[in-house]
Order: sequence, then C-alpha cells, then structure tokens
Amino acid sequence: MLARRIIPCLDVRDGKVVKGVQFRNHEIIGDIVPLAQKYAEAGADELVFYDITASADGRVVDKSWVSRIAEVIDIPFCVAGGIKSESDAKEILMMGADKISINSPALRDPTLISRLADHFGQQCVVVGIDSFYDKDTGTYQVYQFTGDEKRTKKTSWTTFDWIEKVVSLGAGEIVLNCMNQDGVRQGYDIEQLKQARAACNVPLIASGGAGTMEHFSDVYQQADVDGALAASVFHKGIIPISELKAYLKSQNIEVRPC
Amino acid sequence: MAETVQSSDKGSDGSKNVIVDTGCANLSSVKFAIERLGFNVSVTDDIELIKRADKVIFPGVGSAKHAMENITNKGLIETLQTLTQPVLGFCLGMQLMTESSKEGANESVIECLGVIPTLVEPLDAKGNRLPHMGWNTLTNVANHPVLAGINVDDYFYFVHSFAAPISEYTIASCEYGSEFSAIIAKDNFIGCQFHPERSSALGSKIIQNFLELNSQELKTA
Repeated sequence: MLARRIIPCLDVRDGKVVKGVQFRNHEIIGDIVPLAQKYAEAGADELVFYDITASADGRVVDKSWVSRIAEVIDIPFCVAGGIKSESDAKEILMMGADKISINSPALRDPTLISRLADHFGQQCVVVGIDSFYDKDTGTYQVYQFTGDEKRTKKTSWTTFDWIEKVVSLGAGEIVLNCMNQDGVRQGYDIEQLKQARAACNVPLIASGGAGTMEHFSDVYQQADVDGALAASVFHKGIIPISELKAYLKSQNIEVRPC
Repeated sequence: MAETVQSSDKGSDGSKNVIVDTGCANLSSVKFAIERLGFNVSVTDDIELIKRADKVIFPGVGSAKHAMENITNKGLIETLQTLTQPVLGFCLGMQLMTESSKEGANESVIECLGVIPTLVEPLDAKGNRLPHMGWNTLTNVANHPVLAGINVDDYFYFVHSFAAPISEYTIASCEYGSEFSAIIAKDNFIGCQFHPERSSALGSKIIQNFLELNSQELKTA
C-alpha cells in the first residue's frame, strides 16, 4: 500500500539551513549536507530544500549544494526557490534533484507549469502555494514573494481557484503552506487542507503548523493528504521521525518503516 | 542508507559499468547511487563504450517521446537493442525497453526498443490520485538474482502515471488501484518501474545485486 510521506523541509538561506517564525527572524539551524544525510538515515521519506531568498532576490538558488546532497542521500528530494525557466529546472534536475517546486514564478507566468510538465514530465513539477486566511473576509488568499518579508504581497488568486488552475496546467503535486500556522506548532489547517483535497486529484502535501505527533495523524486521517511537511519539530528534535512513524502505525496509518 | 565505501576495487578489476546518456535529466542521482556502493561507472552515449561495457544502466525520466527522439538522434537504437550483457532500466528506462508506450493527452503510441515484449499503458489507478507518487510495497516477488534479499511488502519509491501490465515478464509487482509490473525482465534485460537509486537501502540492494550479477546467472534464471 502507498505509504503516507513524512517530509522534513529545510529552508535554505546563503547555503545554511534556517528557520523563522511565520516567515520572519530566520535563525541558522546548521549545514545542509549533514542535515540531509541525518534525515535520510532517520527514516524521512523525502526532503524539500527551499531557498527562501531566491525568489525575492531575483536570483537562482546557489546550485552547488544540490549536487552535494544528491551525492549523499538515497531518498527523493525536491528543490524549490527561484526556478523561473526550463533551463533553471534542467540544471537542478541534472544535478540530481528528483523534483522542482515553483511558487512565485508560476504566479507571474502560469504557463511555466505546463512548459515544465511538458519538458520534464508532470511527476517532477511541484507547485508550492503560500496561502493566508483573511479572518475579516473569510477567504484564503495566495501570497507571493514570501521569502522576503518586505516584498511579500497578496495576489489576486484565491487559494482553491489557484489550485484548480495549477492542476489544469499540469502540476504533478501541490504543497499547500498555510501561512497562519507556519512555525507556531498549533496543528495543520485541517479545514483548509480538506477543501484543497477536494479541489485536486494530484498528490497534496500539507505544510505549516506541525507541533505534535497527533497533528500528523489528524492531517492524514481528516484531510487525506499524501504527505506532511514540517521543519522545526524535526530540526529541534521535538519529534523523532522513528517515534512519529511508530505512532502513526499504531493509529493504522500506512507508513514506511524507518 | 548505504554508507559511502572508500574507493573500492570493485569495478576497477577491469569490469566496466556504464550509464547510457539518454539526454534525460536524472543521470547524476543514478551515478551517485552506484558510486556510493563503491563501483566505478561512467556516463556515456558512445556506441563503442556501451557495447564493450560489462553492465549497462539505462535511466530516464520525462516523456517516452522525448527520450526516444534523443536515443534516435544519438544513433543508439540498434546498439541498445542488440546488447547481450546485463542491462538495467529505471523508470522511463524500463518503459523504453517495451514495445510501445501510450502517453500524452491524446494517448499517442510511441514505439520503443522492444527488447521485452510487453507494453506501457496509462496506470489504471481506479480513482486513486495520479501520478502514483511515493513509497509503495511489492505484492509479488519472483525468484530472480536481481531480487536476492528483496521480499513482498518491501517499500520502493515510485513516481509514474504509466505502467506495464502484469505479464509473463513480470518478476515483481505492485498495486495502486490495480496490479502492475514493478520489475520486468527478459534474458539480459531488466527494468524497474520504481527508482532504486531513491529507494534507500533496499533500492541500493537491487543495484548491488545487478552490478554483482554473473551474466551466466541470467541465462539460467
């Protein structure tokens, strides 16, 4: 049976793994390659490396680390940040990444999604969506340039319209980052993820809010997501992956043993 | 995960392993996986080097159409079809070993190498989400030297929307909505639908089994 995926996300800035709270105040967690290796050995099912500076600075991710990661790990990994063209994507895939994830550049030019899917296959094109719940209007809105607080801006897209759009263009997977929950460890946004689940028939990855092992079982059981992404609970050692998988298995959730 | 072995003499005993440069994107991850096991390997589209190799790895991602165009333009079709040493295809590489692949929105039929007499069709996921992406278990495992130490319920990493149906060439199967071939084999040609290079220790085990194969074993398998 297809296992639910546990996906540590490593936010990268200037070649170091960092973590901020609600996208702010980034603190350095450590070097990329040893952390990647540690997670692969600990039983992570996949890794995401997100260069949070890239889109906002208008520069492409520093690529040398992609190939250094590919050398040492034997699980799939995805690279996000600043991929704006087929040639950017090709370089990263050539260095050994399994998937590329695009976010702000897809909002600027949605046809990029179909061009990448056509060129490299739908299976390696992930679309990351940063979604913010506006309590005043009761709507979920897509945000752009979230890597840089000064440039972060609301787009004209509502989250579920954008999900339907990117799937129609050939996205192979969606990572929905719920910004209100990011870094605060109060649980995934089940309501939003349920609606996202209903809006797409490609793999959906939950992001933002993981704080306890129950948060993971809730998001798999209630929102039926294919994978759950988290950063701080893993980086800070709050939840060891082996314990998380044993717990999920006890909850009758299909996971790959560590 | 596999530990990096120091520069080992495996592979430097004169045996040559090559990865066919199909012009597709995931060559480095395959190369690194082989090197982590301590084997030498080179990436090439040189016809003579491929013909002389002891083991040939045939990777690929993307569309069968693009890949077959690349292989045709490189003049590799006949070379690949007539290889007699063990050949291991990964993912799209496996699909290209079949007679044809149906793909794209209009399901056009792409003629492939035809070294394993089966075909590739859209995966009948019966309403499950596509692509079939993630870690899934094997449902049947035949007795084959490349599968030494591999068992039913072992997890491997799959990413695909197309698959070869179960046939007499299936040596391992997987289920996602319906059963399909996880590994197919005929004579010296072996193809994995999943990505052994991204399937942790068990994936490495399959690569190692392949690289340590005595080609005589395949003839009696």
